[in-house]
Amino acid sequence: MLKYLFAKNEDIPDGAAAVYFGFSAITWFVIGTGLGAFNASKLAFPDFVTGLEFVSFGHMRQVHVHAVIIGWISMAFAMAMMYMTPALGNTKLWSEKLGVWNALLWNVGLSLGLTLLWAGMTSGREYSDFPWFIDLYVVFLVVMPLGINVWKTIIHRKTQGIYTTNWFFASAVFMVGVVFLVGNLPEYFHLTGLTEAYLTWWFAHNVLGLWITPVAAAIAYYTIPKVSGNPLYSHRIGHLHFWSVVVFYSTPAAHHLMSAPLPEWLKSFASVEGVLILVPAVAFVSNILLTMQGKWNMFVENLEIRFTVTACLMAIPLNMQGGFQQTRAINWYIHGTGWIVAHAHLALLGFSTFAEVAAVYLGLQTLMKRKLYSLTLGNLHFWFLLIGFTTYWVSMTIAGLIQGAGKIYEVPYIDVVMAEHPYMIARWIGGSLVFTGNCVWLYNMWMTARAGTVVPEGRMPHELAYER
Amino acid sequence: MVNFREYKIGARFFGIALGGSMCITLFLPSFDFRNVNATEVALDKQLWAGWESGFNLDDPWLRGDHRPLRVTLKVDPKTGQPMEATTAYVYPAGTRMPNGVDHPDILGAMVQQLSLDKGRISEANESQGAVFLLSSEPQGDGTKQFYIEDASATKGWTPDAVLKAAGDENTYHAAYGKAIFVREGCWWCHTLLPEETQDWQVFGAPPMLGDFNGESPTAFGSDRKAPDILHVGSRNSSREWMMMHFFNPRLVQPYSIMPRFDYLWGKVDAKGQTIDYDKWRSEYNEYVEGQRVTPPEVPMYASNSDARALIDFVLSLK
Ligand code: HEC
Ligand code: HEM
Repeated sequence: MLKYLFAKNEDIPDGAAAVYFGFSAITWFVIGTGLGAFNASKLAFPDFVTGLEFVSFGHMRQVHVHAVIIGWISMAFAMAMMYMTPALGNTKLWSEKLGVWNALLWNVGLSLGLTLLWAGMTSGREYSDFPWFIDLYVVFLVVMPLGINVWKTIIHRKTQGIYTTNWFFASAVFMVGVVFLVGNLPEYFHLTGLTEAYLTWWFAHNVLGLWITPVAAAIAYYTIPKVSGNPLYSHRIGHLHFWSVVVFYSTPAAHHLMSAPLPEWLKSFASVEGVLILVPAVAFVSNILLTMQGKWNMFVENLEIRFTVTACLMAIPLNMQGGFQQTRAINWYIHGTGWIVAHAHLALLGFSTFAEVAAVYLGLQTLMKRKLYSLTLGNLHFWFLLIGFTTYWVSMTIAGLIQGAGKIYEVPYIDVVMAEHPYMIARWIGGSLVFTGNCVWLYNMWMTARAGTVVPEGRMPHELAYER
Repeated sequence: MVNFREYKIGARFFGIALGGSMCITLFLPSFDFRNVNATEVALDKQLWAGWESGFNLDDPWLRGDHRPLRVTLKVDPKTGQPMEATTAYVYPAGTRMPNGVDHPDILGAMVQQLSLDKGRISEANESQGAVFLLSSEPQGDGTKQFYIEDASATKGWTPDAVLKAAGDENTYHAAYGKAIFVREGCWWCHTLLPEETQDWQVFGAPPMLGDFNGESPTAFGSDRKAPDILHVGSRNSSREWMMMHFFNPRLVQPYSIMPRFDYLWGKVDAKGQTIDYDKWRSEYNEYVEGQRVTPPEVPMYASNSDARALIDFVLSLK
């Protein structure tokens, strides 16, 4: 890959940037989930590895979160953008060279940021933990080059219309840049007090709502029609989804601070807007599931479809939680408990990750023109992820309900800690399964690159029979 | 290149939609935040915590450099005469001024005016350092209005004289301690925000709208795995307990999942002797296995250690 950094753009083969992004994303996924499993073990067994600053929970938690969000999730998004945007515009990526540089700078910046976080250099603001110069790096050296490539490719497309996926891509890279700039204003200009607290959660909410959720959905809008061969069920519903994301998803930031002394009008507003998140959610889920009409056999037979549809099915409980857990009636019970951690992982490790895994499988096979090395390992990956995630989610949800009960019935806190202990162990086991599955995946993709069956020109990988 | 015209309307609508939502979620709340007068809690907090507790260029690694100190004065630093115990906030030369002094308009109109007129905070500066007091002015309705007083201007107190008059035992490194609280990620487990529903009955009063002016970062915490500690100093003010608990929480609470923070003791104890962690741990393991009757003694922290600052901070959370 590195040899392309100084090559002429024309000399770089199509898809080089996407492949670079794809393998980086998988590697960060392995690292991130490994760190997650390590953190989980520390919450189950506090003396597991102890007495060193660099392995303490407080130093490692944010490293896990940023490795999975900015490493895995976002690099997989970039990978998808690098190959879906040109494919949907019937053209080439605007600049492969920019793409390769983008991937390199991304890896370098992220490694630097994580090292600093690990060492304790933090802004102390959840999700925007990076010190401000890393935030600026992200905006100008990570998001901007990606955006330029996506926008330019769309402008140079050879189709008349722009497909749903590309509306989402084009607007989401723009919005995530804005979110990084505005959400970190407290650090650039040293805003303090409630303004700082509110902007911290404004950032957190909008990174999830205007970047992760819409892009993951956009990916599903590509994968399902492409692999199943069915056209998207409805572009109108796609419109509804897009516009309701922009209007409703960008407003309820204050619902993360329902028990803080924010102005009451703001909390009530956020609470109502939060319910309206159900509009894009229902539009998305119904659109994808209806596109599957007549092709449900592929849910069993095809790995990419299975991952994407599972993602879509997980979006149902996810959005039911998301739509209602900020209402005052429910929030007072679950706020600040493991329930929220379970919800966060349902969104990221469930819905979003599953959609992306499919996109990475599909993209790497198509671009490298190699069929997946081993379907058995692919299936193993799926079940490890699904069982591991489900164990995680169920155990943390139960732990959260216990904590909620402990909170409102004023149980001495240590009794809550003791009651949660078995669920902490279960979460750790679930997380370790996910991590193991990912190691298998990295191996499988590596072997695909080296030894996968060659896919002939003009064919899709899934049209070939498995030989192994 | 294909004509982009048909998307112009879409792009404009997009701008309107996103701009509208930002107006509601960013612009309108800023009016509410701007009109809040800082309460006594907020003034006290920003004076002891200083300009910034998270990453900043004066102390990028959060090691406690350039931090203000809170002291309890029992003698007048100028005359040496005994006086009523007074809390003063000392900013040695080179320490960044607190936010309300840097930008008085964040204090709210009333506090700003009093702090400028009576408190003379505009005279405080970083190169000479300053000493602040939390003063109050009785109001017509019987309540008191708090404001910041720059004692270096009004009383001529210098940072050095105040620190000397107070002595080490009456000096609290709470700002340094808050930086460690941020660095060590205590806020991933502990919240600083008793909720407005039930749990204030255990954890103490939930904060109010004006309790945060000038604080950064607020570090409320979002997933709670441990007790809220906004008011922990009122529940438990024992230094001994805190010391044992930080060194190894399971000394005082066998079922705790809190990590050990023994590394905050550093290399040496209060007497300057090297702390033998390996020995301590093996003796502790023997105790856990029932081979020893008592756990090993927790070493006394050195007065310039992270552990001391952290305990000063925790005990100042009243
Ligand atoms: C892994 C989560 C975790 C981390 C990180 C953590 N704690 Fe704790 N802490 C707990 C738990 C659980 C308890 C309750 C049981 C006990 O007393 O140990 C507790 C108890 C406490 C108490 C006593 C609370 C009370 O109500 O009496 C204090 C004070 C405290 N922690 C301070 C800190 C500080 C300061 C830090 C950072 C240096 C920190 N904790 C980091 C989990 C954590
Ligand atoms: C091996 C699998 C994983 C394990 C064991 C794991 C474990 C953990 C743990 C222990 C925490 C801290 C939770 C807490 O503070 O109570 C956490 C937080 C978090 N993890 Fe994971 N994680 C895993 C995978 C992932 C993945 C794949 C993602 C995203 C793609 C993810 C995203 C997050 C986020 C966003 C948080 C912060 C949650 C919050 O603030 O509530 N995790 N994870």
